[in-house]
Amino acid sequence: MFRDAWLIAGKDLRIEMRSRVGLNQIVPFAVTVLVLFAFALDTDQEALRTYAPGLFWVTVLLAALLAIGRSFAVDLADGAADRLLLSGIDPIAVFGGKAAAIAVQLVVLEVLLGAGVVLLFDVTVHRYGLLVCAGLAAAAGVATAGTLYGALVAGLGVRETLLPVLLLPVVAPVLIGATRAFQDAFGVAGAEGWAWLGLLAGFAAIYGVFGALSYGALLEEA
Amino acid sequence: MTTAATESTGTGDGISATTSSRATKVLGWLTLAGFAVLVALAFAWVPEDTRITEQGDVVGQFDAVRLMFVHVPSAILAYTGFGLTFLASLAYLRWRTDWWDMMAHASAEIGVLFGVLTLVTGSIWGRPTWQTWWEWGDVRLVTTLVMVLVFIGYLAVRRIPADVAVKARRSAVIALVGAVNIVIVNRSVDWWENRTLHQQSTLIARKIRDETLFTLSFSFAVGMVLFAWLLLHRFRTAYLQSQIEELEVDEALEERRAESNMQDGYP
Repeated sequence: MFRDAWLIAGKDLRIEMRSRVGLNQIVPFAVTVLVLFAFALDTDQEALRTYAPGLFWVTVLLAALLAIGRSFAVDLADGAADRLLLSGIDPIAVFGGKAAAIAVQLVVLEVLLGAGVVLLFDVTVHRYGLLVCAGLAAAAGVATAGTLYGALVAGLGVRETLLPVLLLPVVAPVLIGATRAFQDAFGVAGAEGWAWLGLLAGFAAIYGVFGALSYGALLEEA
Repeated sequence: MTTAATESTGTGDGISATTSSRATKVLGWLTLAGFAVLVALAFAWVPEDTRITEQGDVVGQFDAVRLMFVHVPSAILAYTGFGLTFLASLAYLRWRTDWWDMMAHASAEIGVLFGVLTLVTGSIWGRPTWQTWWEWGDVRLVTTLVMVLVFIGYLAVRRIPADVAVKARRSAVIALVGAVNIVIVNRSVDWWENRTLHQQSTLIARKIRDETLFTLSFSFAVGMVLFAWLLLHRFRTAYLQSQIEELEVDEALEERRAESNMQDGYP
């Protein structure tokens, strides 16, 4: 099963490596959002530094919507999803593979955006360990919930507009937890960063289990 | 259900064209009468909320307390609606019958209706009492908002034209995830601000006047009758809708059959 999940993740990442849609479109989009936040909040460096954690995570969530939508659009083209279904791979492995591929893309995005936030918003990192762990846990949470909802709207006519409506309220806890953890890591507020990491990990675990269990029912008619 | 549709192909006979029945008429009149009594109780019988502090200042919610008789039952009905959606969705995934699917749909719509009403009345009450329309530090407020948003998304999925079984299965999963999510949102928002402006357990602490307590209980009863009345009508509307769709499919089949018969030269 792990080998199958590995295969699926490798397939999705290879498509991304070759098409470069993520690098050429999603990353520039995310950086543009950061720049827009700076315009919206005035030239005041202090305000930008204070709100950098929240702005960073809102940007990640917006970009994640694009990455998730793309992951499922690729599968729908040329009947690839049907063949995936016929291949007899365990749905749990498909879910794990797709979620892992999305998580890897999100982590790459976070690294690039993190550099952007440090450069543009003038933040300094105080706790690297917390930053890395929170980044990974939040990526896992968004990827598991996103894969579940991506599959839920896949094949429905209006999925581009439907995914944000469904997914964003659901990942609200990730935004809260990741923002708090980053505030601690950036040293802008005395929040208990490691406790928030627990929330992020719990969220990822719950959606990982839920997604893996219900994925079979969703694939069956997609 | 299929047999009913087959018997009535093309004409629509055999399907009741109304969502009303003797039971719903009784419930409807009960709701109206209950509402009239509730308005009388809330405005004429319940005194305004005032307390005198040790310093002799008069404090309290004054007339705003009367909003409680709409706000609190609305919140309970919203959570009842979403709870019912959760149970009906579970039942649908277990038994896969249209009945449970329609029940989930009907109760979710009523849940959203009362959820919005809860937020609106809460805001109106919050203005004179908390001096703000909205308070981000309040856990129940923010949780209810996120819950309403999740179920608005659920209803959006229900409106998409798609295969009935596909839509029913996906909606059921969304409702289950949404309901589980409420718990996570509630906990995270609680930790987010870790304080609440909401009064804790007024009922249990008996800090409430007898008149107010009676009227509040009465408003729960009226609310439940209203809920049952709305649910019955909404469920029957969903059933009629599904019947219309089946009729349309049958008609389309009939037309295609006639067309192909013509082409084959058979009248």
